[in-house]
This record gives sequence, C-alpha cells and structure tokens, in this order.
Amino acid sequence: MAGMAIGPIRRSFAPWNDPSAKAFIEFRNVTRSFGDFTAVDNLSLKIYEREFFALLGPSGCGKTTLMRMLAGFDAPTSGEVLLDGQNLAGIPPYKRPTNMMFQSYALFPHMTVWDNIAFGLKQDGMPKADIAKRVEEMLHLVKLETFAKRKPHQLSGGQRQRVALARSLAKKPKVLLLDEPLGALDKKLREETQFELIDLQQRLGMTFLIVTHDQEEAMTVADRIAVMNHGKIVQVATPAEIYEQPNSRYVADFIGEINVLEGRVSASPSGGARLECVAAGATVETRQQVDAKPGDQAWFAIRPEKVRISRDAPADPSVNAVPGEVWDIGYLGDVSIYHVRLASGATMKATITNTTRLVERPISWEDKVWMTWSVDGGIVLTK
Amino acid sequence: MAANMTSADTRGSRLRWLVIAIPLAWMLIFFLIPFFNVLKISFSTRARAMPPYKPVLTMVDGLAGLFDKLQQFTAANYLMLVADSKYWLSYVSSVQIALCSTVLILLVAYPIAYGMARAPRQWRTTLVMLVILPFWTSFLIRVYAWMGILSDEGLLNQLLMHFGLIDQPLRILTTNWAVYIGIVYSYLPFMILPLYATLEKLDETLLEAAEDLGCPPMKAFWKITFPLSLPGVVAGCFLVFIPITGEFVIPDLLGGSGTLMIGKTLWYEFFNNRNWPLASAVAVVLLLILVVPIVIFQNQQQKQAEKAR
Repeated sequence: MAGMAIGPIRRSFAPWNDPSAKAFIEFRNVTRSFGDFTAVDNLSLKIYEREFFALLGPSGCGKTTLMRMLAGFDAPTSGEVLLDGQNLAGIPPYKRPTNMMFQSYALFPHMTVWDNIAFGLKQDGMPKADIAKRVEEMLHLVKLETFAKRKPHQLSGGQRQRVALARSLAKKPKVLLLDEPLGALDKKLREETQFELIDLQQRLGMTFLIVTHDQEEAMTVADRIAVMNHGKIVQVATPAEIYEQPNSRYVADFIGEINVLEGRVSASPSGGARLECVAAGATVETRQQVDAKPGDQAWFAIRPEKVRISRDAPADPSVNAVPGEVWDIGYLGDVSIYHVRLASGATMKATITNTTRLVERPISWEDKVWMTWSVDGGIVLTK
Repeated sequence: MAANMTSADTRGSRLRWLVIAIPLAWMLIFFLIPFFNVLKISFSTRARAMPPYKPVLTMVDGLAGLFDKLQQFTAANYLMLVADSKYWLSYVSSVQIALCSTVLILLVAYPIAYGMARAPRQWRTTLVMLVILPFWTSFLIRVYAWMGILSDEGLLNQLLMHFGLIDQPLRILTTNWAVYIGIVYSYLPFMILPLYATLEKLDETLLEAAEDLGCPPMKAFWKITFPLSLPGVVAGCFLVFIPITGEFVIPDLLGGSGTLMIGKTLWYEFFNNRNWPLASAVAVVLLLILVVPIVIFQNQQQKQAEKAR
C-alpha cells in the first residue's frame, strides 16, 4: 500500500486548532444512564472531517456507549449528537450515514464474502452492475479478490477482519466506526493492520472513529485521542501531547510507563516550578509554569526513558537527582528497564536503550546508582 | 513404558467397544429382531389359530422343514395394499395430514420460540420449563381433555354460545379439525425446542450489523434471523412430521370415521380384524415411507455438525 507520502498531510492536519473549523461530529452535553449507572456523563466533544479519532479508556469508561450513540444503537438520556450539522435524534441506525466495524466482525455466516460486502449496497437499491463493481473494488482494497466465494468460517482471523472492514467501507459512510477492530488479531498482524488502517483512511479521505483500550493502538493510528474515565473525557489531544503533556496523573498513568513522585510546591528561584518530594528524597525543578501556590500538593511525573541512570554522583545532587539501589532489571532486548529502590522504599523505573550487544551490564543488581533528569524531562501535575 | 502404554491402549479400546456395544445391543434386541419378526409375518397367510398366521417357524422343523415352510411365504398382503384403495388412501391421507400439521405447528411454534429466545435471560429457563410442562401429564389424558373441550357440549362450544357468537354448537369433535387441533397441541414442544435452541444461539450483533448496513429490522429478520434458524426449522419439521404420519391415538380419539390415517388402519387390522399378516405389511410399508424423510434428516444433521466443526 506504499507509494503515497502521507507525512506532509498528517503533519499539517490540525483543524482542532482552527477556531473557524466546523465540527463534523459533535456530542453536546451528552449523558447516557442505565438505571443508577451513568455510562456517559455530560460529555461534549468535537471531531473534525477527515480526522482519525480514537476513544481510549478502560472497559466500562463509556467509550463504546458513545460510539453506539453515533451509530444509533443507543440514544442519549439527554444532550445531542450531531453529524455534519444534522441532529441524529430519532434517526434509526439503518438510515444513518455511518457504518460500523464490529469487534466480533459480525460477518453473516450464511453468506459468502462477496454477499457480505454487497449486503449494504443491496439495501440501498444500487443497480446490480454498480454493486458488482463496488464489491470488486472493495475486495481489491483489502486484497481478498480470490476469496469472494468463501464463507466466513473458511477464512482466517485476519481475513475475516478484512472482510468486515471492506463491508463497512463499501457504502462509503460519512464516518467509519471501528469498535476494537484489531482486538482479535495477534500482535504482529495487529501492528501491520494499524498502519494499513492509517493508509486507508488517508487515501479514502474519510473520518474514522476508533474505540480501543489499547493505548499503543490509539497512539499509532489516531490524529487525536480522547482519554476517557467514568463517562467523562479526561483529556483530548494528539498522541504526542497526551504522552508528553498529560493533564493529570490518570492520563499519565494510563498511557505508557511513568514514575510519579508526590511533593509540595515551593518558591522557585528560576521562575519555573519547584517541587519538594520529601518521601522520595528529591527536589525537582522544571521550566514549566504551574498554577499552584507554595505549599500545594503536586506530583512530578517522568517517563522511564527520560531518566538517566549512572553509578557516578551528578555534579549537583541537590536538584533533579535521586539516589537508589538497583532492585531488578527487565531485559527486553531493545531496551532494559531498571527498577531502582529509593531510600523511602518506593521504586523508580529507568529505561536504557541497549545500543550495543549485551556482554556485561554496565550497571548490575544491587549497584548504588544515581538517577538524574533534565529540567525538561518531566512534568508537574496538580491533579 | 511402551508395554504399559499398549495395555492402557487395549483397555481404552475395549472400553470404547463396550460403549458402542450397548446401543448396538439395544438396537438389535428392541428394533432389528422385532422388525424382522414383523417382516416375516407380513409374508405369511392369515390363519384361524394361535398365533393367527401360518407358517409358524419353529426350531423343531430342522433345515428341511424350514425350507418347506419358506415356500409357503407369499407377497399377497403387499398386493392387497395396492389393490384395495382403502390402504393407499390411508397412506396418502396420513402424509397429507402430517404435512399440513407440520406447517401449522411451524407457524405457531416460530413466534413462541422467537419470543422465548429474545426474552430476558433470567426468564428463559422458566419458559423452557413451561414448554416441557405438559409432558408431566400422560399424553392420553391430555388428548381425552381435548375431547372434553371440543365436544358438542364441551368447554369451547359453551364459551362461544355464552358470548353469543354462535347459536348452535359447532361440530368439531370427530372431524379433521379436532385431529389438527390435537396434533398441533401435542407436537408443538417438539418444534419449539429445536427452534429455540437455534434462535437462542443467534448472535444479536449480526442483526445490529444488518441494521447498520441499512437493513430495517423486519427485513433483517428474513435476511438474517430466518436463514440462520433453518437448521432448527428442519430439525423441528422432521421431529414432528415423522411421528405424526404414524399417529394413531389422536385420530382415533378426536377424529371421526371419516378421518383416514394409516395408524388407525393398522390398529384396525391388528385388533379388530385380527389380520396380523396384512397389518404387518401395512407396518413395513409405513416404515419404508418414513425411512426417506429420516435419511434426509440424518444427512441434514450430519452436514450441520460438519459445518459447526
């Protein structure tokens, strides 16, 4: 599927920063309750045309309910869902310009691959010749031309996933909804398919909305990610922003690995933020502006790959440095993760890229080490 | 070690043979031997004796005697079935009644099974129990109960007259109507249960997928639900069609003299006419007629099982 440079397109695509841009999909103060349980809680969200948008969160966070309200399988208890300026209230699923790729694929077991893909087109009363043309096109798109006559049970998991994708794309929906689309695939195939999805979305110029609990998947495919928890959106941002500038401990912790040190804000001589992390035995300084008074509780969060680990004490051990003892080493091949026990008993993680073949570890178990980081390495969080 | 395995293997295969031998023995003792006995009688001639046919094969005849007696066998009973229209009309009428009732039962059972399969999960077991509940009462008693309901002074006529819907009692009992009512009532569970089993397994996201692709729910029923429930429909139809064809009690108790069914004819020949040879021939032909749908049914089941694998 190579041949088209998608880099420049993706790099410049940011309608969410443009105040005049019109939302393509909009959730306005949407609440969905099931009895006592509030699945979606007064949620507002704008998604733009041609965006690849991911809803990310643990199971039960309301992400699937949100998507089902867009597809029409569920209706908000209060609030509005709009698509391309049209309020979707009261429109049944079979009249909505959205199509969904189901987690279980939901392929019709009594129909061939061809008939599965043609199903939606037949419902529109499309002329037979056009249906045939479009089905061929879709089969070509997912590289299943030779499988048209097979039934779903005669296909592998990966092939079924492609049929489901082709079926949901056949009607050229305004929005393609993907409900955990790659959950049933093995890791290698999943990663491959993620890039194919991006490529497909770019080539077709369509709006994709994906629901997933897999943060790597969301980071890989999406232009923007909404991290959800308890029916609310905690943060909406690009993958890089989500990773580097999480707005809360929840987001920081949900995405990737992170060390969190609890402390109190103190007056900083440099004008940035200064945090006294008494328990960890460290003083943290960043260049970041933090909305907190001296004495307020705050947290310092830093990713393991941004922590340097060394047996030598740093020049200035009073700031952005903490001593400890190597407790455990996780060797993953490409990187090694060091678990370092601090004097307080807490553990911090530091990742080292294995740039040479491992012969002897430069730092080993029970070594006394120093962990240091730059003023831009971590982030101070106030919630 | 190898020796151990071998002995374990032989024990395993012996056990397997035992497991197969039990149903085989059952078939032999309770089906094959009686069947060959009936087959033998069907080629005999009626006799005023006990048993009421000849020749009677005995051990004391010896081989020569046996050969002698075999020559007395005749196909006359089978020729009789063809010659006398009463018999083949009974067959035709039985198959006709069985076909009509099967369709009627399917029409009644499908909505019930569908409703059960779509009912809240915690109710389903109770609903299945309710379908099976009538089996706790004797079949005969339930058919007798229908006599009470359908007779001229029965519950149904009294109700209809009470509400002024009719002036004269309707004659239902002793007509084919009563036979149909009795058959549909009695065989309904045999249709509901296989239908329910397939409908209950149906993945509801398939219907959501159909709707998502632009198919309204009613149409989705015919495009998705019904085709996927066909194995249940087929199983249910055969499960009711086969026994209804040979049904005796319902036409005998609820039907009139005009109700022609092969089960009734069979009974008449055996017990009223005491013509065992002819009755046996009727039974053998009935079995042959039913073998066809049974074989189709078996093939269908096997195909389903292979697909499921």
